[in-house]
Amino acid sequence: MKKERRRFLALGAGVMTGSGCKAPIEKSESGAHMRAYGERSPHENTVRVIRELTKSPGTGSSRTPHADLFGTITPSALHFERHHSGVPSIDPAKHELLIHGLVEKPTVFTMADLKAFPSFSRIYFLECGGNSIGDQSGNTQPDVQRSHGLLSCTEWTGVPLKTVLRELGVKTEAKWMIAEGADAGRMARSIPVEKTLDDALLAYGQNGEALRPEQGYPLRLLLPGWEGNTNVKWLHRLEFATDPAMSAKETGYYTELGKDGKAQIFTFIMEARSVITRPSGGHTITPGFHEITGLAWTGRGRITRVEVSADGGKTWADAALQEPVLPLAVARFRMPWEWDGKPAVLQSRCTDETGYLQPTHDEIIEVRGHFSNYHYNAIKPWRVAADGKVTHV
Amino acid sequence: MFKVLLLCAAAFAQPKGRPASPAEIAPRDITVFADGRGLPPGKGRASEGAAIYKSKCAECHNDRGEGREGQYPPIAGGIGSLTSTKPRKTVGSYWPYATTVFDYIRRAMPFDHPRTLSTNEVYAVTAFVLHLNGITALDEELSEKTLPKVAMPNRDGFVPDKRPDIRSKR
Repeated sequence: MKKERRRFLALGAGVMTGSGCKAPIEKSESGAHMRAYGERSPHENTVRVIRELTKSPGTGSSRTPHADLFGTITPSALHFERHHSGVPSIDPAKHELLIHGLVEKPTVFTMADLKAFPSFSRIYFLECGGNSIGDQSGNTQPDVQRSHGLLSCTEWTGVPLKTVLRELGVKTEAKWMIAEGADAGRMARSIPVEKTLDDALLAYGQNGEALRPEQGYPLRLLLPGWEGNTNVKWLHRLEFATDPAMSAKETGYYTELGKDGKAQIFTFIMEARSVITRPSGGHTITPGFHEITGLAWTGRGRITRVEVSADGGKTWADAALQEPVLPLAVARFRMPWEWDGKPAVLQSRCTDETGYLQPTHDEIIEVRGHFSNYHYNAIKPWRVAADGKVTHV
Repeated sequence: MFKVLLLCAAAFAQPKGRPASPAEIAPRDITVFADGRGLPPGKGRASEGAAIYKSKCAECHNDRGEGREGQYPPIAGGIGSLTSTKPRKTVGSYWPYATTVFDYIRRAMPFDHPRTLSTNEVYAVTAFVLHLNGITALDEELSEKTLPKVAMPNRDGFVPDKRPDIRSKR
């Protein structure tokens, strides 16, 4: 390989001198027209996989194709979606946010009102509480998009909720905030008041432009590190109350049924996890050098360490973390690997700043059983066969 | 520069937005709490809800709340199944509060035309769904007074967040 490269370079030097070269120079044509709103190259075609309810258009999920992406930011057009009552079409000039209940001054805000507050931007991951449900229940998915695609990472812009609440005055007896969306089903979740006065964000921006309709245009709640469903989209009402609403999505769904038949309720934080995105399920590799790369994230702050194993977890080595590693954002890790052509099992495990180590599948099943459904965060092994085909284990 | 800062301080001294009057809040405030706060006055029986369910709910939820495989989960049955190898989480087997059933039907159902049922129709359909689960009788009248008192089988089935519940070691 090195020899070939030198030969190529030597030839190039000859061309540069130009003397005695009779080969015609390469022709070209003028380029395409400019475009007012950019699109990717027609050669790039990675897309989200969509699962939609047949009788309920716009209701279902779509998953980010992590195996095809670089870095840490999810392109807005590939951000995962989970809609419970379709995507509403909202005129931002008519959209209002009502804040009421146990506040001193119940207030209605227009989008212009909210944008008049000092803006705030941060990169945060967002993960659906139901990401990887199949991996826990035994319905293992064939590739990283289907198994881990309900995760994305975005620079969100908006106004900190506490800045707005300071103007209204939240009463001391308020313990919960009920957030409601303007989707057809008025999806609602109850949020402990501590989070609303901490890092909650009223977000109107996504990667430098307005939120996409599928991400809650024109306004969504953003609760860093918390399960996606609590980050209510198309946000139009916040009610402060002494108690949670016990809404359908926080009792019948998004609760974790344990082995003893009891379910954990109000489990908000997404615990640390990581996954190898390349090579991963569906890929075919050849012997020789590969960069193993993937993503790690935690709802408890920063990822401090990612380890990679190529022998099914017998031995581990530290992967390089792409700096800067941001709190509550996705971290990109890399590990050089020389594949010898023998069967291998690749996996990653991460540690966060609280010392929490990503568990194995068996450890989760042992404690929670097969049916807790939400917040599954186990180590994900990918099997590499002798023919180079990569599949889920 | 100093003047600019002063201007900013003045601008933030009062709330942005406009005051929300009680008359403006009332029609938007649809939250129903577990103790019944927020329930509108009204009443309905399962016997009245059966016909509404058949015409507006059964297409997805199936005739007796069985759901549709792979698309719409069951809303009836499964009581006692939560510790089995095939737990069936339904309104009857899993949901802890009857008020949640009313709240969800009122805000989100029928799926293609939410909030088109009258208050009494919501009480009637709620009563029918509870009846499908064997929780209330066919002719039992539910109202804003009686609904919060309905005893759901899994009322005590929930515990607070226990995590981190798994301590993995190197």
